[in-house]
Amino acid sequence: MHNPLKSEADAFRLVVIIGLGAGAVIALALLTEPVYGVILTAALIGLGTGFVWRESSGSEPHRTEVAQGDDGRHRVLVVANQTVGGRALLDEVCKRCKERGSEVFVVAPALGVSPLQHWASDTDQATEEAKQRLERSVAELRRELPATTGEVGDSDPLVAIEDALRKFPADELIVSTLPPGRSRWLERDVVEKVREQVGLPVTHVVVDLEAESPAT
Amino acid sequence: MESASIAAEHHHHGPPEANRSSRMDPQFLGMLLFIVSEVMLFGAFFAAYFFMRVVALEPGAPWPPEGFELPKLVAGMNTAILVSSSFTIHWALESIRRGNRLGLKLGLVATWLLGAAFLFIQINEYIHIGFSAREGTFGTIFYGLTGLHGAHVFVGLTLLTFATVRAFRGHFGPAAKDHLGVEVPGIYWHFVDVMWIVVYTAVYIL
Repeated sequence: MHNPLKSEADAFRLVVIIGLGAGAVIALALLTEPVYGVILTAALIGLGTGFVWRESSGSEPHRTEVAQGDDGRHRVLVVANQTVGGRALLDEVCKRCKERGSEVFVVAPALGVSPLQHWASDTDQATEEAKQRLERSVAELRRELPATTGEVGDSDPLVAIEDALRKFPADELIVSTLPPGRSRWLERDVVEKVREQVGLPVTHVVVDLEAESPAT
Repeated sequence: MESASIAAEHHHHGPPEANRSSRMDPQFLGMLLFIVSEVMLFGAFFAAYFFMRVVALEPGAPWPPEGFELPKLVAGMNTAILVSSSFTIHWALESIRRGNRLGLKLGLVATWLLGAAFLFIQINEYIHIGFSAREGTFGTIFYGLTGLHGAHVFVGLTLLTFATVRAFRGHFGPAAKDHLGVEVPGIYWHFVDVMWIVVYTAVYIL
């Protein structure tokens, strides 16, 4: 679930929207009768409530805010769930980052959290499983890229990415999924949505764990 | 969502870091919860206002009651002053995000001056408005609502004073964690602006 009010920029946007709405109400009330202003106010409150509901449920497209780095270092954000330890993903990250000495931040969303579990904060098991996957992956990456850190993210990959980008000033993203037909993220067009919402280069890596398993 | 992070180096001493039940910074979460409580406080005052206006008012009686006249134009200009201060504080934050310290300082000073001007004009309005808080229910609720908001402007100005002093002493930086001391008061200031827009529209216009 997306929180529509997470930063000063969100609050400022709210001021502008409410200011414009109030301006319309004031103009209408002064030009006609106050009762028409009341009617317009009620209509705008209804519209606003609907919009906030759609935005919080993720139906409305929005632009993700990205933290800005000030040291000129190349940074890569990696987002993966079951595939977080996949060979293809690790190879791709190393290929992109090793020569540049990049800083890598891995986000592993905690999977399988239902809305009820989310609201009841019953996410311990999902978080623990994601943490174990993440630890294996980070340990593997640190052999080649010492500046690798990671975090378990929100169960919604878009929210997890948004959270990570607020504090990690990434230059590019790598999103890893299972192959088409087996990936729920691809069914939900997660990669396309990330490209729309994040103004950064996004690389999609497909990891076929079944194909990799005989070799490991 | 509970978070679990893996740091690059393990040099942490002392008690373990607290688990966070939210993906938000604790400072942000604290400010948002505070604002929620403030909205409830304003809600109580608005409930009293609308009760007097809609339920307790005799049918056909004018609102505001005879003998009370509100300076819509002056208050409208004051509204413009306060709303413009939201733009200046947003500019200050955008400046520090880009590493522009001068923009941060100018934005904060401009915001402070606009907020102080608002408060000064409101006090001046009280002096010349021609009725007091003791003159009927309208006087009471008018001063209650606008005075409550004025108190919030004062608190906001106090927070901005701290942020401005820190900015002139070289604090704050482009990274998100390095300018929380401006961002959190900034959110509060936007809340104060939104509440005034609501107060002005409901009390002075509608």
